[in-house]
Amino acid sequence: MTRIRMTVDGVSYDDDVEPRLLLVHYLRDRLGRTGTPIGCDTSNCGACTVDLDGKAVKSCSVLAVQVDGSVVTTIQGLAGDGPSGAWHPVQKAFHEKHALQCGYCTPGMIMAAVDLLRDNPAPTERDVREGLEGNLCRCTGYQNIVEAVLQAAAELKGATR
Amino acid sequence: MSEIDAGMIATEVASEVSDPDGRIEIGRARLRKEDARLVTGQTNWTDNIQLPGMVHMAVLRSPMAHAKILRVDVSAALARPGVFAAYSGADLAAEQGSLPCAWPVTADMKQPPHPPLAVDEVRYVGDGVAVVVARDRYAAADALEAIEVDYEPLPAVVDMEEALTDKVLVHTDAGTNRCFTWPFANGDYDAVAKQADVVVKRRFIQQRLIPTAMEPRGVVVTPLPASEEYTVYSTTQIPHILRLMLAMVTGTPEQKLRVIAPDVGGGFGSKLNVYAEEVLALLVARRLGRPVKWTESRSEGYQATIHGRDQIQDIEVAAKSDGTLLGLKVELMADLGAYLQLVTPGVPILGAFMFNAIYKMQAYSFTCHGVFTTKTPTDAYRGAGRPEATFGVERIMDELAAELGMDPMELRKKNWISHDEFPYETIAGLTYDSGNYEAATAKAMELFDYDGLRREQQQRRESNDPVQLGIGISTFTEMCGLAPSRVLGTLSYGAGGWEAASIRMLPTGKVEVVTGTAPHGQGHVTAWSQIAADALGVPFEDVEVVHSDTRAAPQGMDTYGSRSLVVGGVAVHLACGKVVEKARRVAAHLLEAAEGDVDFAGGTFSVKGSPEASLPIQQIALATFAGHNLPDGMEPTLNSDYVMDPENFSFPHGTHLCAVDIDTETGFPTIRKYVAVDDVGKVINPMIVEGQVHGGLAQGIAQALYEEAVYDAEGNLTTGSMVDYYVPSAADLPHFTTDRTETPATSNPLGVKGVGEAGTIASTPAVVNAIVDALRPRGINDVRMPCSPERIWRALQGGTS
Ligand code: FES
Ligand code: FES
Repeated sequence: MTRIRMTVDGVSYDDDVEPRLLLVHYLRDRLGRTGTPIGCDTSNCGACTVDLDGKAVKSCSVLAVQVDGSVVTTIQGLAGDGPSGAWHPVQKAFHEKHALQCGYCTPGMIMAAVDLLRDNPAPTERDVREGLEGNLCRCTGYQNIVEAVLQAAAELKGATR
Repeated sequence: MSEIDAGMIATEVASEVSDPDGRIEIGRARLRKEDARLVTGQTNWTDNIQLPGMVHMAVLRSPMAHAKILRVDVSAALARPGVFAAYSGADLAAEQGSLPCAWPVTADMKQPPHPPLAVDEVRYVGDGVAVVVARDRYAAADALEAIEVDYEPLPAVVDMEEALTDKVLVHTDAGTNRCFTWPFANGDYDAVAKQADVVVKRRFIQQRLIPTAMEPRGVVVTPLPASEEYTVYSTTQIPHILRLMLAMVTGTPEQKLRVIAPDVGGGFGSKLNVYAEEVLALLVARRLGRPVKWTESRSEGYQATIHGRDQIQDIEVAAKSDGTLLGLKVELMADLGAYLQLVTPGVPILGAFMFNAIYKMQAYSFTCHGVFTTKTPTDAYRGAGRPEATFGVERIMDELAAELGMDPMELRKKNWISHDEFPYETIAGLTYDSGNYEAATAKAMELFDYDGLRREQQQRRESNDPVQLGIGISTFTEMCGLAPSRVLGTLSYGAGGWEAASIRMLPTGKVEVVTGTAPHGQGHVTAWSQIAADALGVPFEDVEVVHSDTRAAPQGMDTYGSRSLVVGGVAVHLACGKVVEKARRVAAHLLEAAEGDVDFAGGTFSVKGSPEASLPIQQIALATFAGHNLPDGMEPTLNSDYVMDPENFSFPHGTHLCAVDIDTETGFPTIRKYVAVDDVGKVINPMIVEGQVHGGLAQGIAQALYEEAVYDAEGNLTTGSMVDYYVPSAADLPHFTTDRTETPATSNPLGVKGVGEAGTIASTPAVVNAIVDALRPRGINDVRMPCSPERIWRALQGGTS
């Protein structure tokens, strides 16, 4: 067992964990942050994507002990405070552009899109398609996801102007 | 991060209907009620469930495709810390039963036993051999490794034609690998082929696919030992069918079983089944008296969850020199895998009604041989039998056009059912109620610029451009709205095809719609709200939809086969109609008018000729709840049920056109343009319809270009994880141009036809036809799917493939 400390969605935790415990299992099984789902065992699908110290990572591809001392934001911490807190523009755009069907890929897709827009605030359609290459969706055919990210980009640009 | 006030979030995209008061819901692109939870992570996936005392189950799977089980020793696993139990197939043999197949397609079909855990013999890589139960998933995984199994290897048989020689038997007791042969014929094909000017014969391969719903499968069973009750949470498309089947397989009284499909992350047919792990978790929960959870890993799922497609299609078409079709002959081999799952044998049979597609002909002959191999069982994958058939016929139409030197679109026009011939009885015996292939095609050709692209193609051919352009056509139809119960009976299916709805009018005038459908991404909560809002004249926001829990929504046939709207949505509409009739009676009583003089519009009852005498339906609901002043003998409720059994299938259709650029130096194909014009009848929510088409296109294109489940000669799945099985990402897929024509179905009062599978069914042949069209001047008339750059390049090197 190894002692780790971590802030997840604004709450700090202090826990003993097995060194082999994946971050995503720590979030889901230990902390009950089940908003972040698991879609594969090979780090291909991106469903588990969270924000780790300001960067999107696949939380199935890191061990909980590796991120000792970090700040993690999951889909459940992206909106403003409270269960009906204000949505992030990417969340809002996913809703308005019908960029989700079953919603299983959605948390990872949204977290990856937030990261993409941080790196490239004015992406082209091609940039979005390539930027989200590590996140698989089986329902939407991606077209509305791409449109949602472009809409969110426009909105974020307007907000910072 | 800038933030937006939740109150500012729009509730609708843009209205397409002329509806100045904004009161008609059907046809509006309402944003989905489902989304708020899903975009904020407030989800309830089966794997999220944690219960006091819950233990985790893991399944040890066979590493061999075919072997005798000599010994299973679980003692070392049991000795590990945190392990509660471990069982071999032999340990559970007396209680595990056999997994059900609900579709014995012929009277003499071979239906070998399918134990949830293999007892004597394993028959595919991934066949379950033992289970362990431990305190958490890591401990369970460790304990699996401590189980010892001795196998005596037997030969694998992975190729269908080899399997049909019966040299290696998958099930010795069956005596053959031929599970069934299912014939159908109308007219004398051989006779028309003799009169034909041209006969074209081709063999097409429908490769095996892995459905890959993004949520892996899982199940949680909570027992209440004192009363022998069980709640089963499962990642299933079919909570109602699952309850019935679990009762039958395990002997648990049906009324003691409650099945809940919580949030389900996609299915595409892969969750339309009754799986070994659902039975095993129930048995283990019963033995241990504790809640049990099992969740597959993705790689485990690639072996243990059904696969789709996998057919060899020998197709022959006979025609006159002017292009008039005379007949079609189809010989199918369908790879069933090692066992029959819920509807395995029925999937290829559905194709029997679809190979003839939208075309008129004098003779049709169809034979399907179901074949056992030592591979993961196949079953329904998006489209289930219909994409395979559509692929076969749309490909052979292009081959025939090439043979005749005709434009492939002209050939189709010459042979399709014209819009004034509906209703039309097809050569396969179905009655297509409506359709307008001319309209959809005209729209698609215009959006695509068909003539312009043909000109460009000609120029590139003449200039020997290294990038060649191919144009692919798919003028498809499908049968949806499964299904009239009587028809299912004639096809030997084990159940009916109806769907149930109940409307509960609450005292406050709000509405609960209880549906028997089980949505897992389709947006039924939103669409059913729109249907009920219109039928009852209540606000969209006032409607709640209850589903996917056999205790809250006790009657249902669930969600698959593009049936939910056509059967379940129509049931909601008709149940609302019954509510209105009851409410009219109360209104007439309260307004002191004859029932026949009371009109209902926009949620208000009013007396003909005196509009001031009126009552809103909400007030009627409250008055009925109070029951103080009702017509004599009336039950004090407006609640109503409707169980809808459709009179016919529905027949969505459309024209899809695909332009592919092929770099002849590298073989790399690029979809340059994709136009889909679909006619799905009346549309409840155009935004949701478009989304369904997009997703379907992605899966159909994936079959054409990217995906294939590959087995080696020993029966190992060599594409056993997402690393090797290529599910396309956003970067791999094009932008789609989608549009619609609207020819209402005449077989239901909403005029709807269904849309869930259209894109998948139509797109695969459109893409492959485009690729072959680009290569045809080089003497190439087929490329096996998936049409990878390597396969295209090899075809270019070797000519005809
Ligand atoms: S679950 Fe992490 S990438 Fe698939
Ligand atoms: S919405 Fe279902 S996987 Fe993306």
